[in-house]
Amino acid sequence: MIISASGEFTSLMCGIVGLFIKNPALEPALGRMFERMLVCLSNRGPDSAGFAIYRDEDRAGRLKVTLHSPDSAFVWEAVAENLARKFDQAVEHRRCSTHAVFVLAADAAAVQAHVRAAFPRVNIMSVGRSIEIMKEVGPPASVLARFQVAGMSGSHAIGHTRMATESAVTTAGSHPFSSGLDLCLVHNGSLSNHHRLRKGLEREGISFSTDNDSEVAAGYLNWRLKSGDSLKAALTQALNDLDGFYTFAVGTADGFGVLRDPIACKPAIIAETADYVAMASEYRALADLPGIERAKLWEPEPGIVYSWSKAGR
Amino acid sequence: MNPSAGRERVFDLSLNTVRELNRSLHRREETAAGGVWRVANPRGAHAIACGISAPVEVRIEGHAGYYCAGMNQEATVIVDGNVGVGVAENMMSGTVHVKGSASQSAGATGHGGLLIIEGDAGARCGISMKGIDIVVKGSIGHMSGFMAQAGMLVVCGDAGPALGDSLYEAKIFIRGKVADLGADCVERDATAEERAALGRLLERADSPLPPEEFRLYGSARTLYAFHVDHAASY
Repeated sequence: MIISASGEFTSLMCGIVGLFIKNPALEPALGRMFERMLVCLSNRGPDSAGFAIYRDEDRAGRLKVTLHSPDSAFVWEAVAENLARKFDQAVEHRRCSTHAVFVLAADAAAVQAHVRAAFPRVNIMSVGRSIEIMKEVGPPASVLARFQVAGMSGSHAIGHTRMATESAVTTAGSHPFSSGLDLCLVHNGSLSNHHRLRKGLEREGISFSTDNDSEVAAGYLNWRLKSGDSLKAALTQALNDLDGFYTFAVGTADGFGVLRDPIACKPAIIAETADYVAMASEYRALADLPGIERAKLWEPEPGIVYSWSKAGR
Repeated sequence: MNPSAGRERVFDLSLNTVRELNRSLHRREETAAGGVWRVANPRGAHAIACGISAPVEVRIEGHAGYYCAGMNQEATVIVDGNVGVGVAENMMSGTVHVKGSASQSAGATGHGGLLIIEGDAGARCGISMKGIDIVVKGSIGHMSGFMAQAGMLVVCGDAGPALGDSLYEAKIFIRGKVADLGADCVERDATAEERAALGRLLERADSPLPPEEFRLYGSARTLYAFHVDHAASY
C-alpha cells in the first residue's frame, strides 16, 4: 500500500492467501496450514499482517465481536463488564495479544454503536457469528505467533501481508477489511474509482473507518450481500462496478471467493484437493500444503468469479 | 559441446539457497566443461537459473517461481513442473523447456533461443519479444504478443483476447480459436517459406502437428511510427 500524491491509498505489492477446508476432519489443522502459507509471503509484505478466521460459530446464535486496542496494557475486563451491564447478560471474552473477542446476544449495530461511544480508542475489527479478524504491525511471522494462529481450528481463513512503501504502517491500515457481518476481504491491487464508490455506498448507509480503497471494496460487497446477492452474484457485479487492479480473496460465514480483474496484473494461484481449496499470490505459499503434489493447480482466469461454500462441501 | 558430458551437480533448495545455485552457474571455471545441474525441491522459488551464459543443462525437479531462466544464454533449462511470471524473460539464446504450465509474460522481451511450454501460458505471453521463438502446446492468455517485434510465437491451442496488439514483425501462429485480435493485428496467408520455418520449429519442439493446421497472424503495419507510404515526406 502507498499513499499517492493525491493522498489515496493503493496497494502495490502485498501478499494474499485464502484457505478453505472442504473436509471437516482437517479443520483442526487450519491454523497450522494457514500460518505457513502467510508467513511464506512475508517478503511481499513485511510491514504488517492480518487475517480473518472463521471458527467456533456460537450454537446459541450469539455474536462475536473482535476488538483491538493499541494499548498493550488495556484492561479488556472493563469492556466485558461494560457490555454485560449495557446488554444485561453475562458476556464471555478472551484476550488474544492486542485483540479480544467478546461473545454476546445482541443486535450488531447496537453493539458497534455502543463500543464506539463508550470506548472511542478501541477499534472494532469484526462482528459476526464466526469471523474473527486480527491484524498487527510487524513481520508476518511474529504477528501470527503473537496471535498463536498455528493452534487455531476453523473452517476457513484469509490473510494479507502488507508492504507500505510510503504511508504510515498502522494496524487500522492493515488488511483484512470487514464491512459487514462475517464479511471480509483482502486485496492486492489498487482501485481507481473508490472515491466515487465510497460516496455512493455512504448514501446507501455503508460506513467506513479508513480512507483505504480496499475498505471501499469490502463495503461494496457488504452492500451487495445486504441487497440479497449471493457471494458469487456480488463478485460478478463487482466486475462492472469496481475499476482498477485487483485480486480479491473474500470470506463470508458460509464461504470463500476469489476474483481477479479482467486485466489480471496481480498474481493468484489456486490449489484444490478433496480436502481443501487454497489460494495465494504465489505458488511458494502453497508448496508446503499436504497433498499439494496431487492438487489441481491453476491460475484463476481474469474476470471469472470462483467461490466455494460450506453448504456445497 | 554435449552439456551432459560434464559432471552432474545437485542443488537441493531445501538445503542450498537459490543464490548459491546461481553463483555456481555463473562461475566460468565451473561451467566451462558443461555438465548438468539438478535442482531439487524448487518449491516455487524465484529467479532459479537466471543469468546463465554457458552451454550447461539445468534440470529443475518441480515447480519454479518468477523469472525462471531469465536472461538465459546458451544453457538448456528444463523445468519438470510449472513456472511463475516471466519464465525465460529476456532470453538471448539456448532452450527453456517447461513441462507444465507457465504464468504471465512467458518469454517476455526475449531476443533469441527457444522457449517450449508443454501446458498453457497465461496472459501477455511473448510480450515485446525480440527474436525468441516460443512454442506453447496448450493455450495462451489475453494480450499475448503485445508489441512483439521479432521471432515466432506458436500456439497449438487457443489464444485469449487482444492477440498481437500493436504488433511489429513477430509472427504468431495459432492452431485453435482466437478470442479476438488486438489493434493492428491481422490474419494473413503464410508464405511457403514461413510455413517451412513453422514446420522446423514444431519439429524442434517435438510437436507432431502439421504446420498446415496453423493460421498466421501478423502486423497490418498501420501503427508504425514510420509509414512506408510517407517515405517521400522524410
